[in-house]
Amino acid sequence: MSNEGIIYRVAGPVVTAVGISPRMYDVVQVGNEKLMGEVIKIVGDRTIIQVYENTDGVKPGEPVVNTGRPLAVELGPGLLHSVYDGIQRPLKVLNEQMGDFIFRGVTAPGLDRTAKWDFEPVVKEGETVAPGQVLGTVMEGTMLHKIMVPPNVSGKVEKINKGSFTVEETVAVIDGKDVIMMQRWPVRVPRPVAEKFQPDVPLVTGLRVLDTMFPLAKGGASAIPGGFGTGKTVTQQSLAKWSDAEIVVYIGCGERGNEMTEVLTEFPELEDPKSGHPLMNRTVLIANTSNMPVAAREASVYTGMTIAEYYRDMGYNVALMADSTSRWAEAMREISSRLEEMPGEEGYPAYLAGRLSEFYERACRARTLAGFDGSISVIGAVSPPGGDISEPVSQNTLRIVRVFWALDTKLRERRHFPTINWLTSYSLYDKQLRDWYVKSVDEAFPELREWAMQTLQQESELQEIVQLVGSDALSDDKKIILDVSKMIREVFLQQNAYDPVDTYCPLPRQFMMMKLIKKYSDLADKALAAGAQIDKITSLPAKDRFIKAKYEPTIDEELLAVEKDFDEQFKELGA
Amino acid sequence: MAEVSKEYKTITEIAGPLVFVEKTEPIGYRELVSVRLSDGTMKRGQVLDTSDDMVVVQIFEGTTGIDRDATVRFLGETMKMPVSKDMLGRILSGSGQPLDGGPEITPEKKLDINGAAINPWARDNPSDFIQTGISTIDGMNTLVRGQKLPIFSGSGLPHNELALQIARQAKVRGTGEEFAVVFIAMGITNEEKQMFMKEFERTGALKNAVVFLNLADDPAVERIVTPRLGLTTAEYLAFELGMHVLVIMTDVTNYCEALRQVGAAREEVPGRRGYPGYMYTDLAELYERAGRIKGKKGSVTQIPILSMPGDDITHPIPDLSGYITEGQIVMSRELHRNGIYPPVNVSSSLSRLMGGGTGEGKTRDDHKNVSDQLYAAYAEGKDLRGLVAIVGKESLSAKDQKLLDFADVFEDKFVRQGADEDRSIEETLDLGWELFKTLDQDQLTRISRKYIEKYMKA
Repeated sequence: MSNEGIIYRVAGPVVTAVGISPRMYDVVQVGNEKLMGEVIKIVGDRTIIQVYENTDGVKPGEPVVNTGRPLAVELGPGLLHSVYDGIQRPLKVLNEQMGDFIFRGVTAPGLDRTAKWDFEPVVKEGETVAPGQVLGTVMEGTMLHKIMVPPNVSGKVEKINKGSFTVEETVAVIDGKDVIMMQRWPVRVPRPVAEKFQPDVPLVTGLRVLDTMFPLAKGGASAIPGGFGTGKTVTQQSLAKWSDAEIVVYIGCGERGNEMTEVLTEFPELEDPKSGHPLMNRTVLIANTSNMPVAAREASVYTGMTIAEYYRDMGYNVALMADSTSRWAEAMREISSRLEEMPGEEGYPAYLAGRLSEFYERACRARTLAGFDGSISVIGAVSPPGGDISEPVSQNTLRIVRVFWALDTKLRERRHFPTINWLTSYSLYDKQLRDWYVKSVDEAFPELREWAMQTLQQESELQEIVQLVGSDALSDDKKIILDVSKMIREVFLQQNAYDPVDTYCPLPRQFMMMKLIKKYSDLADKALAAGAQIDKITSLPAKDRFIKAKYEPTIDEELLAVEKDFDEQFKELGA
Repeated sequence: MAEVSKEYKTITEIAGPLVFVEKTEPIGYRELVSVRLSDGTMKRGQVLDTSDDMVVVQIFEGTTGIDRDATVRFLGETMKMPVSKDMLGRILSGSGQPLDGGPEITPEKKLDINGAAINPWARDNPSDFIQTGISTIDGMNTLVRGQKLPIFSGSGLPHNELALQIARQAKVRGTGEEFAVVFIAMGITNEEKQMFMKEFERTGALKNAVVFLNLADDPAVERIVTPRLGLTTAEYLAFELGMHVLVIMTDVTNYCEALRQVGAAREEVPGRRGYPGYMYTDLAELYERAGRIKGKKGSVTQIPILSMPGDDITHPIPDLSGYITEGQIVMSRELHRNGIYPPVNVSSSLSRLMGGGTGEGKTRDDHKNVSDQLYAAYAEGKDLRGLVAIVGKESLSAKDQKLLDFADVFEDKFVRQGADEDRSIEETLDLGWELFKTLDQDQLTRISRKYIEKYMKA
């Protein structure tokens, strides 16, 4: 048996070859056009290959060549600012090479071979280095990119060069081996870390409902399930724009082409609120739209994850958005059914749960081999059929992730955005993050959060009564609860992603807003006890000012003014 | 250079639309096949599975009349569509043959009917407003060039009338650009066909249209090919001839039924409700052919129509469609029963690309505010209807009564319009302002003060 064989059978993206003896998950070139494929099954002398490109017209008898290497991505400077398909082909280069449509049989390297990077060594000749250790740095746009010792190299640094190099030129010689800036890493294998630890810092997103109510920890994983039109993509994009991760990897997995275009036109124009540079400078986009080959869609989440791990290894906090993991699961199902495997639930392969947990487990906060503290936070969108989360992908995801942001069609119909349902969502990180909030925001933060959650819970119970008998039947103190919870919903939970001021709300401001709502609630109770009329309380002029304050450029002063107004106007009511 | 292909008389199995053939030379995946029956009839098909000694062929016209003695010829190429500018004004069958008695299409080009994915990098952001003349769409669920916006309907609802009205009235304002309609009918009845043809003739729309007709009694396999022929034509007109093409596909539900039928015949592992597991990908291959390309003049905009079985929006067909398309226009049986045309249920309708195509310079500066306010007030009014049923109208506050009335007037004046009534966007927005007058000023919470001053006329 050699590395060259021939095609025996073609059925869609699944091709059977004979005459090669590859290892599982080796990459093979299929047919006269050298289409890229991956070995997914070996039966006797037959090799089953999933092909990442369209196989129309491919015939039995055409050659198959085994490359002997697993599917890998190229890692090095030049990743940021790139837009790739699911197997790391740069879409911009493909566009230049073959025009506006993606045809098959075209390859382009993931990293630009001609770009030069200024390499600044941080180790000296004679030092001993181990895999993962930082050799030197280059500036990748506005980000500091650390060049690390490749995984299979260690020993004495015999030579290290300073200057301008391409990713393929030797920058160092270690133990007799030439080291270049580019590494290759197989996508299905997690990159190693020294130690994983408990996440205890939140990923601050500027979205009030997330940061205050259902926080995600840096290094944690969350799921956003929701039917179509509930705003999964808008939420994902908001997070990509505003979360305090240093690097964003955004995987458009089997989603709309026009949506990727929106990201592609918007991100280069948007400014990173912290650095003032375009957001694109810290972003890697993977765009494998729904009509691009299904096998490449299956690979796209691994490609994105490996790139995320590479930046984590430099000590960065990375946020990885996968939109949507359901499309990924469907790609698995499609390939599995072509392989005529025994199906599990709803036709999904029996290994669905295993693959999902392997993927989400790659989210972590860790000490890297070089001794940095880095993290990958994963935010996975789930698109359950009919919005019903009892289906296998949602359920298997919820068993793994610790944060659940439930999107709600009913809220969408009411134009309540973000459509995150406050009664069904949860975050299991609230205890772990408690100390951080007490230390970094305010001592009273956890209590205030609990109070708000309880008020909303009370509201939902009261609403059931109101549905039956109307709100007039409620006692005045209950009416206050409805009034306060309405304020929580309209002022705090609703947030306009398209408003320049409201789109991002820093944590201290979130705290301030919640504090004001609590103040209103307390004063209203007091006024009621002092005999004030309920109508006077609910139509307090300062309320209107409060609702509009979040769109004012001078919002923080406005909030202080609202606080003063509350004090004064309630005083008139006897509180 | 096609080599002379060999003929086989080696059919070993026939099952549903599939024919299994033993052969000796290598045959390509998805290669075209022609089958000659013993009585001389010709049928066409496509290779679904090819291996060293056996191929599986799917026959487009159905396998009726095929026996073991039929002759199978492999044509050595995948399915191509002859395209030309002369196709405008023509009526073609579901497999692309002329039905109007005119000559064969003289091809300027032959294109692969499966097309290729537009490189996301090459796509241009859809942002040109298309005025359909229908208030519920223009005002609240705006359609833009390059969008795919389906109509989710049900049996017995006037979705075809609405589609025709859109086809007739759709325009991008202030431009003299070339506009074309590609009309793809999949599994429609003969009566529906007559209605469409009469409408096209009545309005003279046919001269700018290419019509593909796959009727209810045409073979299911052909139904899978029909939209691909239509979309290939649309892409040619848009991206090579620079026209703005509106593609109307009806009824996607029939297409999906055909997909299920063929999948079952192939003995595939079924997904939800027996539909194939790859239906999402398959539908995406159709819907994603809408779009705009940087540096090219033309565009492909799609309005697929699908009838929701049992009016169930969670049924796999509307569900998967909704995940691919950029919004949906949902038809309401309730409004239809109340005699309101077009019965668009705005609460569950949505246009995801509305933001890019509205506002100052595109439509009017107050558009977003007006739309938000209409949504909010109508939603509140509708909620109150439920309450009124229990506690009676008298027990509502004066403000709530206004909202309740607003919902009625909204349906009667804003949603309702004539089948030939072509409202400009200004008329639609002014109508919105007209309705706002019935509310108190402090109920207009979604509208900024400056627009109230500018547009609220006494």
